[in-house]
Amino acid sequence: MTRKPRSYYEPPSLMRSPTMTHAVPLPALDERSMRLRRLVIQALDGGGRGHLGSSLSLIEIVRVLYDEVMNHRPAEPRWEGRDRFILSKGHGCLALYAILADKGYFPEAELARFCRNGSYLGGHPEAGKIPGVEASTGALGHGLSIGVGMALGLRIKASAARVFVAMGDGEINEGSVWEAAMAAGKHRLANLTALVDYNKIQSYGFVSEVQPLEPLADKWRAFGFAVEEIDGHDVAALHGALSSPDAESRPKAVICHTVKGRGVPFAENDPKWHHKSNIPAPEIAAMYAALETI
Amino acid sequence: MRKTSLDMVHELARRDKRVVFVGSDLGVGTLNAMKKEMPERFFMEGVAEQNIIGMAAGLAMEGFIPYVNTIATFLTRRCFEQVAVDLCLHKLPVRLLASGGGMVYAPLGPTHLAIEDMAIMRALPNMTVVAPSDAEEMKRVMAASLDLPGPMYVRFGKGGDPVVPQTEFTLGRAAWIRPKAEVILVSTGVMTERCVRAADLLKAAGIVCGVLHMPTVKPLDAQAVLEAARAAKLLVTVEEHVVNGGLGTAVAEVLIDAGGVLPAVRRLGLADAFTKNYGSQDDLLAEAGLQPEQLADTVKAALGR
Repeated sequence: MTRKPRSYYEPPSLMRSPTMTHAVPLPALDERSMRLRRLVIQALDGGGRGHLGSSLSLIEIVRVLYDEVMNHRPAEPRWEGRDRFILSKGHGCLALYAILADKGYFPEAELARFCRNGSYLGGHPEAGKIPGVEASTGALGHGLSIGVGMALGLRIKASAARVFVAMGDGEINEGSVWEAAMAAGKHRLANLTALVDYNKIQSYGFVSEVQPLEPLADKWRAFGFAVEEIDGHDVAALHGALSSPDAESRPKAVICHTVKGRGVPFAENDPKWHHKSNIPAPEIAAMYAALETI
Repeated sequence: MRKTSLDMVHELARRDKRVVFVGSDLGVGTLNAMKKEMPERFFMEGVAEQNIIGMAAGLAMEGFIPYVNTIATFLTRRCFEQVAVDLCLHKLPVRLLASGGGMVYAPLGPTHLAIEDMAIMRALPNMTVVAPSDAEEMKRVMAASLDLPGPMYVRFGKGGDPVVPQTEFTLGRAAWIRPKAEVILVSTGVMTERCVRAADLLKAAGIVCGVLHMPTVKPLDAQAVLEAARAAKLLVTVEEHVVNGGLGTAVAEVLIDAGGVLPAVRRLGLADAFTKNYGSQDDLLAEAGLQPEQLADTVKAALGR
């Protein structure tokens, strides 16, 4: 390890955010959040690679959706009444695989075969292969348009199901995201919720340097969304923002301020952990150690 | 062809509740009747091709059959990744109705011409590529499109194209418009009508010439190609498309993979270049040597007559 672990929540763009002004030690994660992260490490270790940082920032987002918000049936993944979740930032799939395995969509043992020949768990999720995966993603900027189409389709069918699309902050550099946002605003898709995993780091480096996004909430508002800005690791805040659609029938955008690599101190806020391969055994052991329940 | 195709979308939508229309920003009043009759299944979504394809994918995932219409070049070049990933990888029943295939938009220049569209679409797994010869065939293509499980690209001609008499269309099957002979012209789209006229000119000059129409460019009717190759001394592919990657390439692939003795083969089409001139579709086809008299002359020269 070449980098001194950081324990402060201090990316520069976040400091300018009106709702998140603290630079304080990160609050402890509870056992459920730790467990889901251990499943991520299990897959990372099995595959010998993975987008660790990009997945760890997403954990509480998928946890709250699958535990508390979405109607879904793990034994019946194509149940017509289910709420749909699209992981548009497909590279964050370790988080999705962890929650799907935890919920019983497929056996946890499969996680150890991540990215291996013969496994259905690839480095980006594929629909039709993995029970519970709605859309194949990995090429960025596709998920929100698909979500718009699903939301329109559900509306025609008079279904009460909702559609959730999780995007990365780097991902929303793609122009197609804003094409989709325009369409969602036009159609007032109250059954659509866009989530931005705003972990402040994209592949090359800090979002504030590569392609700054602020004022991000204003951008979504300008496209016709009801916007909430929350701590994306705060389970109660996520529940509050996601549990119901907007009262004024607008699509919702939930900007989730997160920490890339959250839960593994030496990976937190470090662009080098966006994607890693050939991770030495002691580092894997250190990850598990960091995620032990005290 | 566009009007016929879009009228058929409305008709199919009446017959089948799964059918929806998705347009970008094309043609004042397009499908007004459908918009009025079933507004919930009519979408005109603006100049945003990437979103339109993704949205159509989402609708298809919910069980609908979206018919998407905009200009061919913007459906192929602009949103290629959405077509590849959202439609082809998921194998969704989305139909791409591509206005202005080939040199239709000749006066508008190279930004608007779709002359490599079939090569682009043909490269994608699960994609069906069809180029009807005229509005009558378009009706049959549209009727056949309803139950195809995967995505489909349909290339439109200019409109008002002369009708090539034929009665049947089966996806993936070629049709003999003039019976096989020593010389066979193999063509697709609006070039088939020009090939028929070339065959008539050749007949007057004492050369019997077959015409094999291949409206489905992918999957190609390999049996028909091999049947033609066995019968002919000279096989000429003719397309309103660059010579690399289109019908001629597809036919050559079939022949080479089959092995054995090949007839002489000529691939006629557009040069691997951006167009330099404007004018009409016919002007540019003449520049490329693809008008009936020119086709007949090329055949005569190839036969040494």
